[in-house]
Amino acid sequence: MAVMPDRRATLTLPTDEQILITREFDAPRHLVYRALTEPELVKRWWHAKRGRVTVVEIDLRAGGAWRYVMVADDGMEVGFHGTYREIVPDERLVTVEVFEGLPEGVSEEDAATVNTATLIGDDERTTLTILVQAPSKIARDAIIDSGMELGLQDALDLLEETASSLA
Amino acid sequence: MARAATTTDAFNAVAEPRRREILDALASGERPVNDLVRQLGLTQPQVSKHLRVLREVGAVEMREDGRRRLYRLNGPALKPVHDWIKEYEQTWSDRFDLMDAVLDELKDKEEGDGSHA
Repeated sequence: MAVMPDRRATLTLPTDEQILITREFDAPRHLVYRALTEPELVKRWWHAKRGRVTVVEIDLRAGGAWRYVMVADDGMEVGFHGTYREIVPDERLVTVEVFEGLPEGVSEEDAATVNTATLIGDDERTTLTILVQAPSKIARDAIIDSGMELGLQDALDLLEETASSLA
Repeated sequence: MARAATTTDAFNAVAEPRRREILDALASGERPVNDLVRQLGLTQPQVSKHLRVLREVGAVEMREDGRRRLYRLNGPALKPVHDWIKEYEQTWSDRFDLMDAVLDELKDKEEGDGSHA
């Protein structure tokens, strides 16, 4: 175990409005960038083993629209859409993201996050960070709450797997 | 859903990776600080600082046993937050694991083509 590199994604909450995810890849930056921006490639990883991806639309230019939809194993459809705000090939992608299952009365402006994916590395290794910036602490809490609900079954499954450490 | 008392402060406190290690270590039962210092490879002041943050949000409780201070999880207060963070992080871990396979394939293709972007 000790010799294995730590490949887990790590999550931190740098401020009240942010979620930060970090992961290192054994691949050059331009390939990680392709995996993040080519629809046929995104389809292969975005489902996170929780269902299948049914829609990946990417109009990769500043102001261009994007949309991802997946059908989870339990049949629930989960969609996100938004626009590209800034594109620096192989280095940085800034997107606006809106969850399509917002509760009634919550406007897209109030709930949209600005997500910045940053690629740092060389010809062999890349560190990807994804910073989710919510417009307010309340909005971030809403993301957390929707995550709680959407992820409940997964959380229960996980709980079973990690029962020994949580016992 | 009623998650009212689970404050964002608790969320921040629990999200810090080192503090989650402490919580995982306490999951097996009550422990004195020195145990945690040994297990986590942190200094005592670092561990004490993390424990103080966790106590402030009610995630852990402390009692004195003679000269020792023993810490334990306050499970019910903690569990929803702890579970959610693990789940969110696990979702991204699973995505990235799948991305590893995609990247391996892209690397192989590039080597096969002899091309570099």
